[in-house]
Amino acid sequence: MSRSIDQDLGRFKEIVRGKVRQQLRKYISNGEMIGRKGREFVSIPVPNIEIPHFRHGEKNSGGAGQGEGDVGQPIGKGQGDDQDGNGQAGDQPGGHVREVEVSLDELAEMLGQELELPRIVPKGKDTISAQKDKYNSINQKGPESLRHFKRTYKNALRRMIASNDYNVLKPVIIPMKEDQLYRGSKSIFVPQANAAIIYMMDVSGSMTDDQKEIVRTESFWIDTWLQSQYDGIQTRYIIHDAAAKEVDEDTFYHTRESGGTKISAAYEVARKIISTEYPSADWNIYCFQFSDGDNWGEDNKACIKMLTEDLIPHCNLFCYGQVESPYGSGDYMRELNKIANQHENLVLSEIPNKDAIYNSIKTFLGKGK
Amino acid sequence: MAISTYRPLPSELADIQAEMEGHAADYGLDFYRTIFEMLDYEELSMFAAYGGFPTRYPHWRFGAQYDELMKGYSYGLQKIYEMVINTDPCYAYLLSCNSLTDQKLVIAHVYGHCDFFKNNAWFSHTNRKMLDQMANHGARARRYIDRIGHEKVEEFIDACLSLEDLIDMYSPHIQRTPSRNKTLMPNELKPRRDDKHLEGTRDDEGADEDDDGEHHAARFATKGYLDPFVNPRTAIDAEEEEIKKRAEESRARRSFPEEPQRDVLLFLLEHAPLQPWQHDILSIIRDEAYYFAPQGQTKIMNEGWASFWHSTIMTHHGVTDADFIDYADHHSGTMATSRNRLNPYKLGIELLRDIEDRWNKGKFGPEWENCDDMQTKMKWDRQLGLGREKIFEVRRVHNDVTFIDNYLTPEFCIQQNLFQYRFNEENDYYEIASREFAAIKRQLLDSLTNHGRPFIYVQDGNYKNRGELYLAHRYQGIELKQDYAQDTLVNLQKLWRRPVHIETMVDDKPRVLSFDGHTHESK
Repeated sequence: MSRSIDQDLGRFKEIVRGKVRQQLRKYISNGEMIGRKGREFVSIPVPNIEIPHFRHGEKNSGGAGQGEGDVGQPIGKGQGDDQDGNGQAGDQPGGHVREVEVSLDELAEMLGQELELPRIVPKGKDTISAQKDKYNSINQKGPESLRHFKRTYKNALRRMIASNDYNVLKPVIIPMKEDQLYRGSKSIFVPQANAAIIYMMDVSGSMTDDQKEIVRTESFWIDTWLQSQYDGIQTRYIIHDAAAKEVDEDTFYHTRESGGTKISAAYEVARKIISTEYPSADWNIYCFQFSDGDNWGEDNKACIKMLTEDLIPHCNLFCYGQVESPYGSGDYMRELNKIANQHENLVLSEIPNKDAIYNSIKTFLGKGK
Repeated sequence: MAISTYRPLPSELADIQAEMEGHAADYGLDFYRTIFEMLDYEELSMFAAYGGFPTRYPHWRFGAQYDELMKGYSYGLQKIYEMVINTDPCYAYLLSCNSLTDQKLVIAHVYGHCDFFKNNAWFSHTNRKMLDQMANHGARARRYIDRIGHEKVEEFIDACLSLEDLIDMYSPHIQRTPSRNKTLMPNELKPRRDDKHLEGTRDDEGADEDDDGEHHAARFATKGYLDPFVNPRTAIDAEEEEIKKRAEESRARRSFPEEPQRDVLLFLLEHAPLQPWQHDILSIIRDEAYYFAPQGQTKIMNEGWASFWHSTIMTHHGVTDADFIDYADHHSGTMATSRNRLNPYKLGIELLRDIEDRWNKGKFGPEWENCDDMQTKMKWDRQLGLGREKIFEVRRVHNDVTFIDNYLTPEFCIQQNLFQYRFNEENDYYEIASREFAAIKRQLLDSLTNHGRPFIYVQDGNYKNRGELYLAHRYQGIELKQDYAQDTLVNLQKLWRRPVHIETMVDDKPRVLSFDGHTHESK
C-alpha cells in the first residue's frame, strides 16, 4: 500500500536532490544531527527546506532562559540564521548539539545515499576465502552462554498454556530443562576481499591547521565509506616534507614540520609498503594523497615516473586532493593533470575550503572502484 | 484508504484508560469522549508530520518533517510518546512500544490536553470536526493537482505557506469590520431586527442609514406645489449625476483598507486577482492556519496543564512501586530545562503550581502586594484553599501572554532561576543580560506576543493609485531579517501580481522594500 507520506517524502527528496523545482534549492538548509564515533563527532545530514516568512533578525533579539550563570555569561553562539520558535517560549540561540550513537555502517549507508555513491566491486573476491562461524541454527543442547532466551521462553509459555498452568493475572513463566534451546554454529567459507588505504600528506611548513582539518574530515568519510564496502581494511599513514616516513594515525594529523617538499619520497615509502605487504593481486589498494600542491620543482619528473610505473598500476584508485593554502603554489596539480587522461584510476580534486569536501568525496569515490 | 491498521486497545490498556479517565473526571476535568489508538513509530511520525491529520493535502514539507522525525527516532535522539488532536471526539495516538508505565503517564497527560481543548476560551472557535474538514481540503487540493498539474499547485501552495502566519489571531473572537469582513448569516441578522421591534424603539436611524451617508443635490426649501419650478427636475438630475460621479471618483482614488488590516490572507482572498482554484487553495491554507493558531497561543498553558494533571494523577493514584523509577525518569526528562530555551512544560507546570499555592494561602490581593516584609511573606498563609478553583479559572480564560502577564511574580523568577538573554553583536554570542524581574517578564511577553514574530499589516491595497500592495511592519526594536523579507515579497507578488512593498526599519531609519516581479528595491 502506498501511503501518502511516502509520496510527500519522495517529493521532498527529489527537491533536495535538485531533480525538480530547482528554484527551491537555495532554501535548503543543511541541518545536521551530531553523532559520535569514539571521541570524534560526526554529523548526520538532515536537510530541510525553509519556506521564507517575515521574521525578526538576530540583531537586538533575545529570549528568556532558565539556569545558573552570571550576567554577561555567554550561553550560545549566534547562527546568522535564527530558528523559528514556533510557539515555543523564547527563541532558540545557537545550534543545539544533539548527540547520537551511530554505527559506522549506518553512517556509510547515509553517506552513500546522500552522495549517490556506487557500490564498489572488489577484486580478489574469488581467490581468497576465509572461514567464518555463523550462528544460524538452533540446537537442543548447548552451553548456557548461547541459550536462545526468547525461544526458550516461548517454548515454556507454550507448554504452560497447554498444561493450563498459565495465569493471565500472574504471568509467571518458568522454563524447564526441556524448554531450553540454544544457538548453534556452522562453519562456512566466505570469499573475502581485503583493502588497504594509504594516506599520504604533506606536512611541510606551508600546510596550516585549517588544511589539516580538511584532510582529517575528508579522510574520515573516506574511511567510513570504504569500511562499509570491505570486510577487512588496513590503513597506513605516510607523512613527508623533504623526507618521508610512515607514522600512526595520531602523528599523521598532528605533525608539523618545516622544510621543503619532496613528494617522490612519500611515493617511495608507499611503493615499499605495497610491494612488501599488499600484493596487488589479492588486495584492493587505495592511495589518497593530500598536499597544497607545492613540490620541489626538479622532483616532479621523478614523481610522475613513480606514479605511473609503480603506484597507479597497483592501485584501485589513486586520489590526489589539493587543499588550498595561502603559501602553496598549486603547481603539482598541473603536472598531474597532464597525465590524468591516460590513467582511469587517477582521480584529482581540488578542495579550496570545507564546503568543497562534499564534492571532493563524490569525485573520489564516485567511480565505484 | 486505510491509514493505519486499526488495532483495538489491548485489554490492559483499556483498563488503564478507564482508570485514568475516572481519576481525571473525579478531579473535575471535563473532556469530550477520547478515543485512543495505538500506532507504531512510523505511523506516529506520519501523523505528527501531518500535524495530527493524516488526510491533509499532499505537500513535500510533510515529507520533510517525517524524514526528520524518523531520523531522530532511528538514531535515538528524540521520541514522540503521544499525540492528541483538538476534535470532538478527541483522538489520541499512543506509541505502541511505550512501556506500561509510560502509557499510564501519557494517558493521564492526554486527558489534561482534552480538558484544555474543550474548555480554554481560545479554542472555543476552532472547528471540532477538523478531521473531516482537513480531509475535505485534501480532496480539493488533490482535484486541483489532477486538473492543473502537481508542479503548479505545489508552487502556489509554497507561496501561500510563505504568508501563512499573516493572520489576525484574535479575529475569531472579535468582529472588527462587521459588514465586509464577515458576511452575516441571515439568521444572525434577523433576531436583531426582531429585538428592536420588541423593545418598541422607533427605527429612526434607519432612514439616515439607507443612503449610506451620501450627499444629495441641494434643494431650495419651498412649498410643495412650487417645487417642480423652484427645483427643476433636469437641474436636480444633472447635479445628482455630478455628485455621484465625484463620489465614485473619490472612492476609486481612496486607498483601502480604511484601517490597517492584520489579516493579510483575508485581504488577499478578497482583493488579489486569483483564479478560482488559487482562491480555494489560499482559503484552505488560511483555514488551517486559524485552526492551529490557538495551539501556538497556549503552548505553555496547554503543556503545563496536561503535565500538572499527569503528575497529580500519577503521584496520587497511578504509580505503583514497580512503576516508580520509570515514572520519575520519564517525568524528569520531560521537565528538563536548558539555558538556551525555556521548556514550556516546565514553565507551565511550575507556574500553575505556584498559582495554586498562592491562592491556597491567600498570597494575592492588595494586602499581599503592599507587604514589604520578606519574613511575613514567606510565612504567609491565610488558609483560603482557593487554589484548585483558581487554576481551573486560569485554564478557562488565559492564553500564554495573559498567563505570564498576570501570574509571573518576582519570587517565581528567583525560585525558577529565570534570566533574560540578548544577542551580542560584538562577539556573535547570546549572553545572559539580566536577572531583573521586569526585564524577564518583558522579554517573555515579547517573545510570546504574536509568537515573537513581526506584526505586519496591509496598509494600502491601491498604493500610488496603481493597484500596488503596501504592507507595513510595526517596528518594535527588532529588525526584519532582510533576505527572508525579500523572498517573502517575491511570494507575495506571485499572488498580488502587481508590485508589492513593505515598510520597515533598517538601522533605525524607515525603509521600504519593494519587489515588482523582476527586481528588488530598497529605499
